[in-house]
Amino acid sequence: MTGPSDGTFGAGVPMVLAEDVHKSFGHLEVLDGIDMAVLPGQVAVLLGPSGSGKTTFLRCINHLEKISGGRLSVDGVLVGYRQHGDKLYELRDREVAERRREIGMVFQSFNLFPHMTALGNIMEAQVQVLRRSRGASREKAMALLERVGLADRATYYPSQLSGGQQQRVAIARALAMDPKLMLFDEPTSALDPEMVGEVLDVMRDLATAGMTMLVVTHEIGFAREVADTLVFMDGGQVVESGNPRDVIAHPQHRRTKDFLSKVL
Amino acid sequence: MTTTDGSVTDRVVPIKAIPVRHPGRWVAVVILLLLAAMAAHSLITNPKWLWGTFSQYLFTDVVFQGLIKTVWITAAAMAIGIALGIVLAVMRMSPNPVVKTVAWLYIWFFRGTPVLVQVVFWAYLGQLYRYLSLGIPFGPEFIFFRVNDLIPVIMAAVLGLGLNEAAYMAEIVRSGILSVGKGQTEAAEALGMRRITLMRRIVLPQAMRIIVPPTGNEVISMLKTTSILVVIAVTELFTTVQNIYNDNFEQIPLLMVASVWYLVVTTILSVGQFYLERHFGRGVSGTQRIRRKLQMEVPHRDGAI
Repeated sequence: MTGPSDGTFGAGVPMVLAEDVHKSFGHLEVLDGIDMAVLPGQVAVLLGPSGSGKTTFLRCINHLEKISGGRLSVDGVLVGYRQHGDKLYELRDREVAERRREIGMVFQSFNLFPHMTALGNIMEAQVQVLRRSRGASREKAMALLERVGLADRATYYPSQLSGGQQQRVAIARALAMDPKLMLFDEPTSALDPEMVGEVLDVMRDLATAGMTMLVVTHEIGFAREVADTLVFMDGGQVVESGNPRDVIAHPQHRRTKDFLSKVL
Repeated sequence: MTTTDGSVTDRVVPIKAIPVRHPGRWVAVVILLLLAAMAAHSLITNPKWLWGTFSQYLFTDVVFQGLIKTVWITAAAMAIGIALGIVLAVMRMSPNPVVKTVAWLYIWFFRGTPVLVQVVFWAYLGQLYRYLSLGIPFGPEFIFFRVNDLIPVIMAAVLGLGLNEAAYMAEIVRSGILSVGKGQTEAAEALGMRRITLMRRIVLPQAMRIIVPPTGNEVISMLKTTSILVVIAVTELFTTVQNIYNDNFEQIPLLMVASVWYLVVTTILSVGQFYLERHFGRGVSGTQRIRRKLQMEVPHRDGAI
């Protein structure tokens, strides 16, 4: 369980609350009892070697993966299930989709829709899912493109944009749904080094504006500067977590030390 | 840069080299031209081609009517085939096991029996079931049809060809859907899209790039498959010319008449396919230059999204 660095726990319900979350693919135990709490407005960075379950945990939060044990809730509401008494009921597709609207997700490989322009990508779910008018969606999309510094690229197709630009459009696309939580799955891992900065800048602005964020990344600098909590995972478990400066400077566990010595 | 006369300039001098010669190509062209000349000579000098009969019938009304019927049946059958094919493909990939099995059984049956048999079956349905009625099973009936009134022979043709085509189109559409990366589905799901929206707006438009070329094949194949309708006496192009040569016994020129018209329609269809492929290739390399030019001319245009 991780509290915010400044110790103020008063904000009420955690935005993300994981209690003993398990996930296995066949016999492979990918998540082995994850406990975690991210409070509204907090930025949590998940760090760990590949195969440690960071990405899987992130995908469980918006139900792209189904958890096989424990409890996982977003803003006080269970993910993927409804509870009546002591029984759990699986949610219908429609209900799962409704909950996903409130959770933005940014992928390592951007996953922009290649047959739509940048503007079209950002408008699409506003029109199709939120049923906003095209005019309102376009206005919102243009404002977001402005915010990520790509207003002049509105009519470009993804294949005409650089990786960094594509990822910024992907962030804008997620923000267009007015999410209360943003998940970032290694957002800079697929980028050329000179483009990492522009994406991290956008994320830093987002954090400053008070967005609740869960970020899987290897960018230690970003974790140190922006995160309220750093969670180190290995072997499907949370090894240690806390204030990022403390964890990076004085890791308590050998596995954390080993990992940090390799990436720093 | 140093040029041949030794002076230094900042202009790049293009390389002057003797290109590789291809004498084999010239030999091949000569041989092919010779063969073509021989063929042309034979076509002109052999009186049994009966070119007089050919030109006499090429533009006659009865041939045109057959042609129109052929095109009409092709269009209708393909419309059924494509629409039902998309539905079947989406059904086959559904997580719902009932829906999936129904689609599998349909494809199994309609792909596994000859289209000729299917067409004849629909044409003779009236002999199997004289009446059709709508009502409660084993209970009262509300609406009552004579099958032969409900399914005239031309409808039987369209149904037979269309329902058979749907089975093939389903597999073509499915291959298109499979070609769209999983990341696209996940991105759409993460935005809260439901399966139907996600298919309609994200997956199918991208799948079209893979679907269009084999579908063009299917349309052209369908155009020619309509000639089997001769067995149920639908007077499309082939039946029409057959009726004529059954009277005048001049088979060759009339088959040429039909062939020329099939070729004409096929050519028009190929041109249409080119433009369709270009449309669905948008956002993919190769078509970008045109698009970018378009965007510079009309920025923030509705249609550009």
